[in-house]
Amino acid sequence: MADQHHTNETHTIGYGQYLLTWFGLIALTGITVAVAGIDLGRWVIITALTIASIKTVLVLNIFMHLKFEDRTFRIFVGVAVLTLAIFIVLTFFDYAFH
Amino acid sequence: MGMWLFLFTELILFGGLFIVYAVYRYSHPEQFHLAAMELNTFVGTVNTIILLTSSLTAAMSITAIREGRKGFAIGLLSMTVVLAMAFMVNKYFEWGHKFELGIYPKSPEMLAKTPGEILYFGLYYTMTGLHALHVVIGVIVLLVIMRMIARDVITAQSYVRLEAGALYWHLVDIIWIFLFPLFYLLH
Amino acid sequence: MASQSSIAAAVEPDFYTAAHSRSGLMSWLLTTDHKRIGLLYFASMMVFFIVAVIFGFVMRLEMLSPGQTVVEPQTYNTLFTLHGIMMIFLFVIPGLPAVFGNFMLPILVGARDVFFPRLNLLSWWLFIAGGLLAVVSLFLPGGAADTGWTFYVPYSIRTSTNVIPAVTAAFILGFSSILTGLNFIVTIHRMRAPGMSWYKMPLFVWALYSTAWVQVLATPIIGITLLMVVVERVFGVGIFDPALGGDPVLYQHLFWIYSHPAVYIIILPALGVVSEIIPVFARRTIFGYKFIAYSSIAIALFGSLVWAHHMFTVGMSNTGMFVFSLLTFLVSIPSAIKVFNWVATLYKGSILLEAPMLYILSFIVQFSIGGFTGLMLGALAVNIHVQDTYFVVGHFHYVMFGGTGFGLFAAMHYWFPKMFGRMYNRRRAAVAWFLTTVGFNLLYFPFFFLGYLGMPRRYYDYLPEYQTYHVISTVGSWVLVAGLIILFVNLLIALKKGEKAPADPWGGKTLEWTIPSPPPVENFHTIPTITRGPYDYSHVQEHATERP
Repeated sequence: MADQHHTNETHTIGYGQYLLTWFGLIALTGITVAVAGIDLGRWVIITALTIASIKTVLVLNIFMHLKFEDRTFRIFVGVAVLTLAIFIVLTFFDYAFH
Repeated sequence: MGMWLFLFTELILFGGLFIVYAVYRYSHPEQFHLAAMELNTFVGTVNTIILLTSSLTAAMSITAIREGRKGFAIGLLSMTVVLAMAFMVNKYFEWGHKFELGIYPKSPEMLAKTPGEILYFGLYYTMTGLHALHVVIGVIVLLVIMRMIARDVITAQSYVRLEAGALYWHLVDIIWIFLFPLFYLLH
Repeated sequence: MASQSSIAAAVEPDFYTAAHSRSGLMSWLLTTDHKRIGLLYFASMMVFFIVAVIFGFVMRLEMLSPGQTVVEPQTYNTLFTLHGIMMIFLFVIPGLPAVFGNFMLPILVGARDVFFPRLNLLSWWLFIAGGLLAVVSLFLPGGAADTGWTFYVPYSIRTSTNVIPAVTAAFILGFSSILTGLNFIVTIHRMRAPGMSWYKMPLFVWALYSTAWVQVLATPIIGITLLMVVVERVFGVGIFDPALGGDPVLYQHLFWIYSHPAVYIIILPALGVVSEIIPVFARRTIFGYKFIAYSSIAIALFGSLVWAHHMFTVGMSNTGMFVFSLLTFLVSIPSAIKVFNWVATLYKGSILLEAPMLYILSFIVQFSIGGFTGLMLGALAVNIHVQDTYFVVGHFHYVMFGGTGFGLFAAMHYWFPKMFGRMYNRRRAAVAWFLTTVGFNLLYFPFFFLGYLGMPRRYYDYLPEYQTYHVISTVGSWVLVAGLIILFVNLLIALKKGEKAPADPWGGKTLEWTIPSPPPVENFHTIPTITRGPYDYSHVQEHATERP
């Protein structure tokens, strides 16, 4: 595999930044567990997915370095996520209107 | 770029299962709720923390290799692997416990359950099973990468493979980040 | 330009004769040269194609008359299942990308190979593994799958035939497709020659790029769906099985979420080939380059939104049906844009009726008929009547065979001299074109009438009132097969005895015509710097191609 490394050559993420992100992730995990105990009815799933999404954004941007990569990669990720979202939404055009 | 594209395929692969989950949960909300009570939130939370920490150590190993700290990088990756194995051990006991209770496909107990519950467990085993398979694959990938670091195939100047392996590992983590609330936090 | 490449040819051997680290068969089976891999695909695909054609031929023989004619009903079910599986997964999906994408893409962008050459070889090995598994499934105890290539549940969960090998084969083939798409995306992003901006890329490259994204993002869905079928069959997990609470319609949603975009994987590269060939044989730059480029992206995008139009009769919600019908109409627009641009290019062009162009002309007519009948199928009221009839079978053969198939034949005749360094007999090629076009239309046009009159698809038997159409169709299949035989024999003869071809027999303007025929291993002596667009005929010479 050719070593064409197109990321920001000078940017290394420090251990401190990683640890901070990790703390954030653990905190969010705690929040999501705590919130699950509250009866929110229909909002349970939206809350859970929102928190999971925030955690994912943290992992993507910091652990996976996406924040510091070429714009092309962010567009790619957007396209992939959008594709999955479209699949789900359009499927529900069938199921939500039965 | 190649690894990112491969990760998209994994995203969509699991995405298909999430679509099935979404449709069935929408159609059988109470039965999903009922079935979820069989799952142990504590174990699920512990496993979540395990995987998040393993992502931390995997990410840190890249900084380590860029600083030329070969031993530290290998140490961090070893930690990742150990955490992954802890995850698998938990999963083994979780599944084992359910089998003891008769909660497995085609068991008499299962067939006596409501459709929503059967679907929930069908999805539970398929999704956590497929995820566990990816954990195992990830461990193998990371072990290969550790060997490459030890033999200076991966170095401070040439570490694309480490990045690719770490990216894969983070995806395994992200999938679990979504599986956890959907299966363990329904009540 | 021509003299430079002949000097290079005198110095560099072509990729067949160049020294290789291995010898003989191994130098092919373990190659990482994209050109050899393209040819490996070509040879293996043709084998599967011929087998699938034979299945189709036998099916048509069976349909000559009502009741049993040549085969048992169960055999007929396996014939159409395997015909579908092989044609779709082993012929038209790998199709143009695997053969001509692999061979031409690096050359078209001015590169020496794809970005991941070894992954490329793996793609081919996966293709072979999947293909062999599909063939083996025919002979394993239990018998070949009889579910139709769509593997609909609950029958695919219940039938005792070899569903698991068949779907596993499809899974493996999906992986092959994904890796090829991945390879092409990275190649196009990272390996274009200096000066080749996105808008100087040939339109075939735009087509391959759009296709590659669909390969990467849509294929995993069929992977997981088929995996779920296997899991259900093996473990009895409740997912789609209605007896366990599952929803068979959900299976169909997931199946078509891939399989509809799959048909765009099938057609997009062929649309790209048309855009490549027309400028050359009309001696004009393509009309509306950017529109054609964007329309490829648009087709890939919109094509991923319309899948449930395969399911209008299964009991979806009205809202769902309206939405999918509307989206289906919308996806026809970018395709139509392409057709308009092609015709505009041809208008007042200097048209050369060589074999590639002949196939393109058939393509344009046939693809338009296929597309138009697709629109008809997208209309809910019409769909209720013709779903699961021969109308659908006619529609998709017009686009997949009359479209992609003929696009493949066009590409074969266009790039043959470049790939093999020889020219084929052009008169025989024209005869083959004539027979295949006449045969194809005789075979499939009656299907629209059959379907409209109510003849269901996949049926082994029928009422006597349908027989005339079936007879015409079967005779058409004989004419078609005769044409196909002449087509392939002509090319095979040319491999050995064809006149040596120059670097640029057609007067093409894209990069492959600047290098020798066949190309050297590394494609380019020096990587070119690109200063012009790909279809620059502003200084065309009237006598660029001489007839023998």
